[in-house]
This record gives sequence, C-alpha cells and structure tokens, in this order.
Amino acid sequence: MSPSTPTSHPEGTPAGGGTTNRRRRRGPRTWLAALPLLAFTGLCFGIPLGAIAFGAVTRTDPSTGTTQLTGEHLARSLQGPYLDSLIGSVQLSALTALIGGVLGVLIAQAVVTSRSQALRSAALTASGVLANFGGVPLAFAFIATVGISGVVTQLADLTGFGWNLYSFTGLTVVYLYFLIPLMVLVIAPALDGLRPQWREAAQNNGATGRQFWRHVGLPVLAPSLLGGFVLLFGTAFAAHATAAALVGGSVPLVTLKIADALSGNVLTGQENVALALGLDMILIAGLVMAVYLPLQRRSARWLR
Amino acid sequence: MAAMTPTPAPATPDATPDTASGTTAPAAAAPAGPSVKARAPRRRPRPRVWRAAVFLLAGAYFLVPLVASFVFTVHVPGQGVSFEAYTQLLAADGFTESMLLSLGLAAATIALSLLLAVPALVAVRLGSPRLRPVVEVMCMLPLVVPPIALVTGITTVLRWGPEHLSRTPLYQTFLAVQDERFPVVLVLAYTVLALPFVYRSLDAGMRAVDVPTLVEAARSCGASWPYVVLRVLLPNLRASLAGAAFLTLALVLGEFTIASLLGFRPFAVWIVTISGAHARMSVAVSVLSLLITWLLLLVLSRAGTNPATVSSAPSTSPTSRKES
Repeated sequence: MSPSTPTSHPEGTPAGGGTTNRRRRRGPRTWLAALPLLAFTGLCFGIPLGAIAFGAVTRTDPSTGTTQLTGEHLARSLQGPYLDSLIGSVQLSALTALIGGVLGVLIAQAVVTSRSQALRSAALTASGVLANFGGVPLAFAFIATVGISGVVTQLADLTGFGWNLYSFTGLTVVYLYFLIPLMVLVIAPALDGLRPQWREAAQNNGATGRQFWRHVGLPVLAPSLLGGFVLLFGTAFAAHATAAALVGGSVPLVTLKIADALSGNVLTGQENVALALGLDMILIAGLVMAVYLPLQRRSARWLR
Repeated sequence: MAAMTPTPAPATPDATPDTASGTTAPAAAAPAGPSVKARAPRRRPRPRVWRAAVFLLAGAYFLVPLVASFVFTVHVPGQGVSFEAYTQLLAADGFTESMLLSLGLAAATIALSLLLAVPALVAVRLGSPRLRPVVEVMCMLPLVVPPIALVTGITTVLRWGPEHLSRTPLYQTFLAVQDERFPVVLVLAYTVLALPFVYRSLDAGMRAVDVPTLVEAARSCGASWPYVVLRVLLPNLRASLAGAAFLTLALVLGEFTIASLLGFRPFAVWIVTISGAHARMSVAVSVLSLLITWLLLLVLSRAGTNPATVSSAPSTSPTSRKES
C-alpha cells in the first residue's frame, strides 16, 4: 500500500501556494490512488455480474452460434421446482430472521442491562465469533450433536419425538445458531443508545413502562429492529454451505438448486437457468439491501 | 412467544430433559416488557430472574452443540475415550495441503484487499471527497450478490476462455488463473467478497483518527511520504487493519461455495470430502476451526490498541458471507 499512496500526492499538503492552485494540482493525483480499487471491482466483479445478466436473458444457438434475446430462462426460473426452491428459500429466511430477531433482541437486552462488564464483553465477543461460525463446520457440529447418531439424539432419544435434523425445522435450528449472535451484534448498540434520561423523562410525565416502550422505545428502535431483520433475512437467504453440507437436496432451496444446475452433468440450457436464478437472487438481495441501508442510516441518527 | 420453543429444543434435552421447554421458555419470554416496569417499585428480583433465564437458555443452546461435538470426537461407543481423531489429523490425506492452500489464499486475499482499499480510502479522505460515494458503492455492492450467484458469473466467464479466446494470448492468463496449486481466481473472488468488510473496518478506523490532520502535521514536521504512511498512518490504523485482516481470514478459511463449485479443494471443501469416510475427524476439524477463530479474535483484541474498534468491526454485519 505504501508505494502507490506516496506517488499519488507528492506535494499534496504543504500549506504553500494558493488554495485553488493546490486543489488543481492535488485533485487528479489522489484520484489515481483510488484507481486500482475501482479497476479491480470493475474487472473482477463487474464482468461476472455482466455475464450473469447477459446469460440470463440471451440464448445461444449451439449449431449456428447466433445469440438472441429471450425471456425464456427467467420464465423457467420462476416455474415448477425452481419456483418452489425460491419460495422455500424465502420462507426459511423469513422464519429464521423473525425467530432470530426476537431471540436476538431478548439476549441483547439481557446483555445490555446487565451490570457486569465482564459478562457483557464476553457475550459480545462470543457473538462475534459465533456469528462467524457458519458454513461447513457448523453443519458438522450439529450433525455430531443432533444428527442421526448424534450425542444428544442418542442420550435423549430425539428420534422418538419425530426429530429430524435434515429437514426444514432442523435447518431452522441450525441457521439460528449464527443468526441470533448476528442480531445481538447488530441490535446491542441500538439498545445501548436508549438513554436512561428518556425513560426518566417519560416516568416524570407519568408514563408507565408499557407506554414508554409503545411511544418512545419502539419508535426509536424500529429502524434498527427492521434493519436487523432484513440483514438476517439476507444472510439466511444467501447461505449455501450450511445447507449443502447438511441436507443435500432434501429441502428445496434456491442456493442448492443453483449449485445442482452448475455442477451436475445437465443440459446446456440448465446453465442459463442457473444464471437466471442467480439474477433472481441478486434482485431479491438487492431489494433487501435497498431497505436495509436507509434504515441503518436512519437509526444512526438517534444513536450518536 | 410461541416462536421461543424451536430454539431451546435441541438444547433442553441435555440440560433438563422434560420440564425445561415447557416451563422456562415462557418465563424468559414474557417479562421482556414488564422488566422495565418492575424497575421503579422493586428493582432487584424480577429483572434478575428473566435475565438469568435468558442467559441460561442461550448458554445451553450455544454451548450444547460445542460440547456434544467434542464428546462425539473423543468418545467412541464401545471403546471409551480416545483422542485418535485429533492425533491422526496431521497424517490425514490432504489435510496439510488443503490447510496450506487455504492459508495461502487467505494471505494473498488479505494482502490484495488491503493494497487496494487502503490507498483508495486514504486518497478519498485527503484529496478527492467527491470520489467517496463512488468508492463506497463499489465496495459495498458485493453485499448484494450472494457468493452462489457470483460463482455462476465466474464459471460463465471462465468458459469464455476455451470457447472464444483459445487463439489469443489471453487464454494463457485464463489457464494460469485456474492453476490447481494456487488458484488465483479464488483470490480475486474472495477479495471481491471481502471488500465490504474491509471497507467498513478501515472506514471506521479512519473516522476515528482524522487522517488529514495527521498527514499535515507529519508533513509540516518534514516527514517524507513513505514515512508518513508507514510510521504515522498505518500504526494509527493498526486496530482496523487487524480487524479487516481477521474478517478476511475467517471468510477465506470457511469459504466453501465458490471453491467447491469451481472444483478446487481448500480446507472447507476438504472437510466435506472426508466427512463420509472419517465422520469423527471432520467434526474434530470443525471444533478446531472454531477454537482457532476464537483464539484469533482474542489475539486480535489484545493486539489492537482499542478493543472497541475491533469489536465494532465484526459488529457491522460482519460475517454472513463466510457461511454462504
């Protein structure tokens, strides 16, 4: 990092020279330091993205080699098993985000209101680690715990209760393992930002605890809560490794369908459907982010 | 409230088999609101009860899988306790190679993402504030694209190599990028995925230290530019650099989707490959990888001057990508 920054503003800051002069001299050169980053994202991110968009809406005739515009792949990605997988993914993500959000808020509130500083920092550090503990290792930890021959399954005879890890319910329980800590991390600063003065002011005006939450607490927290929910939704929606290692194909999820279409020995048309599914995912995730980022900005206003 | 039950389900059988899910879950859920009310008249008893219940249930849910996984790895039914799964690990076929590959990929990804992001962010702070939204959007956009979607695009682009470019010199680049021994294409993809986290971590760090003032002070004391960057800027950004490096490392070590679909075999893919034949060993490696992550985070919060920045780096929606 050192070589490119120095060359980019060799005489940038000294106070000599008129301001206009300096700005003219400095402007283009600092611009150069940001160029590698912009070129990299344009190349390594923009081109694959363009390939997805292009492949999703075009069809190449293998015999003649001509390419023409078509909506067929997108239409197919919204039909039959592909539509089921999209719906399955959205259902799973919404359910896990809701449960994870509620439980995350409860735990975060318990952590934030606790007076023990050690407990607080331990809980937040643990959340940071556990929210990172996704993917393949998590799936195996759960298989060892509540899988068919898992330790807890055999101790408590869970199969007798109809428990099955390799199902929608099982997947929900596993996803919550990294979604709850994520919610704790996202919401703890917001709960911290609820100032005691606001509660005291409400109490001095005769408000009950319920009224305080209804008219002050929840409205202030609402953007953070909704933002956290949306973030959890997006995370669960994009998750692939956990599901791949855990259920294989028994639960219809769009990430698994894409992986199947890409890695399986399937017809050439299938690849374009994978691209169309990818485009569907990007659109949904883009929608999620379009909701999340403004909410986050809004909640930041109260939490300085 | 009914939503409470699914979570404790796996945890409770171990702790208190029959009563727990029925009785304690509602007790934990209900007082969320009342706890506040209880504060004024009689502060101590009730908040403590619900807080303790929440901690107990959460602790059980999060600890039971870890403990049970460990038990699973060391306890062989009928043979008693043995640490074979751990001792055989180093000798296991492919373990060292895949681990080294993952570490190498992680190092390259960290270097590349920092080399790209640090100059750009410093430049944006110093001289081109108008570029700032552009850089921010470019860095945050990968959040919108799930890795599985990105990999569809990458495979499409890689297929262009043999299909259209086989007679151009570019074809050699395509081949070199996909070298089995060190797949550069993974470094490029991981860097794209890591950029949002690197950007956030560095941006938070630079907000705290006021880069322009530092640079001007150092320059007016006669420091050369390399000196300013190496001895003034980077030490001040140490915590956020470490945070960015940690997040990137965690992301690369756990990444499965892109590597497996492109047909390479770093660490996470290796675990899945062996899980059929050596179930115990794959769980042992999973437990170890969690411990290593934990250790790294602890080291990091020691090394970083300000633990607050470190913990805030993961807090900005950190992870998520890793498990994708």
